[in-house]
Amino acid sequence: MVVKRLLWAMPVLWLILTITFFLLRVAPGGPFDQERELTPEMMQLINDKYQLDQPLIHQYGSYLSATLHGDLGPSFQYIDYSVNELVALGLPVSLKLGFWALLLALVLGLLLGMIAATYANKWPDLVAMITAVIGISTPNFVIAPLLVLWLAVHWQWLPVGGWSGGHWTYVVLPVITLSLPYIASIARLVRGSLLEVYSQPFVRTAKAKGLSDSSVLFKHALRPAMLPLVSYLGPTAVGLMTGSVVIEQIFGIPGMGRYFVQGALNRDYTLVLGVVLVVGLLMVLFNLLVDVLYRWIDPRMGVEGSH
Amino acid sequence: MKLKLGLGLLFIIVVMVLIGPVFSEFDPETIHWDDMAIPPDSIYWMGTDVMGRDLYIRILLGGQVSLMVGIVATLVSVVIGVFYGMAAGFLGGRVDAVMMRLVDVFYALPFLFLVILLMVFFGQYLWLLFVAIGCYLWLDMARIVRGQTMMLKRQAFVEAAHALGQSNKKIIFSHVLPNLKGVVIVYATLTIPQVIMIESFLSFLGLGVQEPMTSWGALVNEGASNMDMAVWSLLFPALFLALTLIGFNLVGDGLRDRWDPALQNNK
Repeated sequence: MVVKRLLWAMPVLWLILTITFFLLRVAPGGPFDQERELTPEMMQLINDKYQLDQPLIHQYGSYLSATLHGDLGPSFQYIDYSVNELVALGLPVSLKLGFWALLLALVLGLLLGMIAATYANKWPDLVAMITAVIGISTPNFVIAPLLVLWLAVHWQWLPVGGWSGGHWTYVVLPVITLSLPYIASIARLVRGSLLEVYSQPFVRTAKAKGLSDSSVLFKHALRPAMLPLVSYLGPTAVGLMTGSVVIEQIFGIPGMGRYFVQGALNRDYTLVLGVVLVVGLLMVLFNLLVDVLYRWIDPRMGVEGSH
Repeated sequence: MKLKLGLGLLFIIVVMVLIGPVFSEFDPETIHWDDMAIPPDSIYWMGTDVMGRDLYIRILLGGQVSLMVGIVATLVSVVIGVFYGMAAGFLGGRVDAVMMRLVDVFYALPFLFLVILLMVFFGQYLWLLFVAIGCYLWLDMARIVRGQTMMLKRQAFVEAAHALGQSNKKIIFSHVLPNLKGVVIVYATLTIPQVIMIESFLSFLGLGVQEPMTSWGALVNEGASNMDMAVWSLLFPALFLALTLIGFNLVGDGLRDRWDPALQNNK
């Protein structure tokens, strides 16, 4: 099953690369458009390195075959770096950001959702759900500057931006802002599915046996209520990845998102393609992981019924 | 409750955005050289930005742009999603399997990255923003409409229409489409805030709406980079943006609760 899914991922990744490749090439502007004319010798050197004088379809072919061999080519903008090296620099940063944001979103979202479901229609529920609506509706690029203003500029508890090798003080603010909308959605999701599970006969039986509220929640209700959460993990991961583009921009973090935006602005063809490919690959792998997890939590799910 | 609150909020915002500019004597692009970064007062109701432009008029006109993008791009996604989903659900069988597999493939694409690329390269055209966002958001609509169409197809009145020898076209337009109205309205309402969010996200990155036009996202971006000099230039557009999104989400949620009886029990 896993192998089949991985094989299915190949055409998807190919499609992503092809769309991006030709999108980049039909776009106006090129990587070496400058005020000053380049001398023919310089053009020659550039063409030797990047093969820009070859027919487009030829370039496309050689890019694909190089990519299949794991070589993403030289960057156009960071002259001394290959895209492989840039990905090796940026990916761990983005992954660290994404991992902590996902963890925070899961822990806080579950907690809030459980509280809201336990006190359904009482004030803790109301407070949690109002907070959730606000959290979902407020874009994180609105929250980020406000948090920076209060926590970093005003009280100077945390640094305004930068990364500094990933020291925790630099990680806190980006992780919080990145995860906020997902904390809110997860809380709502968990509340909804817990309430649905609570209304089912086996929970009533458990309660009738005289089990305490907390053991009903943890021993019986939580596991089935987690199912929608697991399938929500896929979209969450995608959202975190794209959210990361703007968060990295705001906080000046040298991750994949920043390379992507800079690369696009500078027509750095290979860098943009490399980032898109890696992001696509991550999405495929993560969705696979979610499927495996889903089947592990709910063995009733057959091989075919993975949706 | 949710529905009323959301509708009230949206009503106030829409009225402000549409009628508010009439009461202002300022031009959104005029630079007042002596009045840069003025806090809100009786002349500049929401202050001025660091370039000395009146924020009240800029925020309201920017709001017109944000709302228009939200509604037009949603319409694009509704048209694509409804027809695609309806075709898949109605035709069924192998056609349906292929069409839905294609939707799965699109889901797996990092679409927002492609939208960002499009806007970087062709950002000067506003209509492209509508199309790009609309093309990105039609997938959910297609899935929901497909499910609903398949459900409708099995209903007795559609079978009766078939038995009467009505053409497929007639059945789709006079029996299926009218019954999809509810779902489509609910999910369109929930799509609008997503579009506004994406538009402001792109504008925040400097890729969406371009000067001299402005939108809430672009204003938040300007405000964020000057917040140490003029906090209000961040706070006011942020407030409008957030309240609008909250309004649409409340209305969408409220409509969904009302429309989907399965969710009624949880309230």
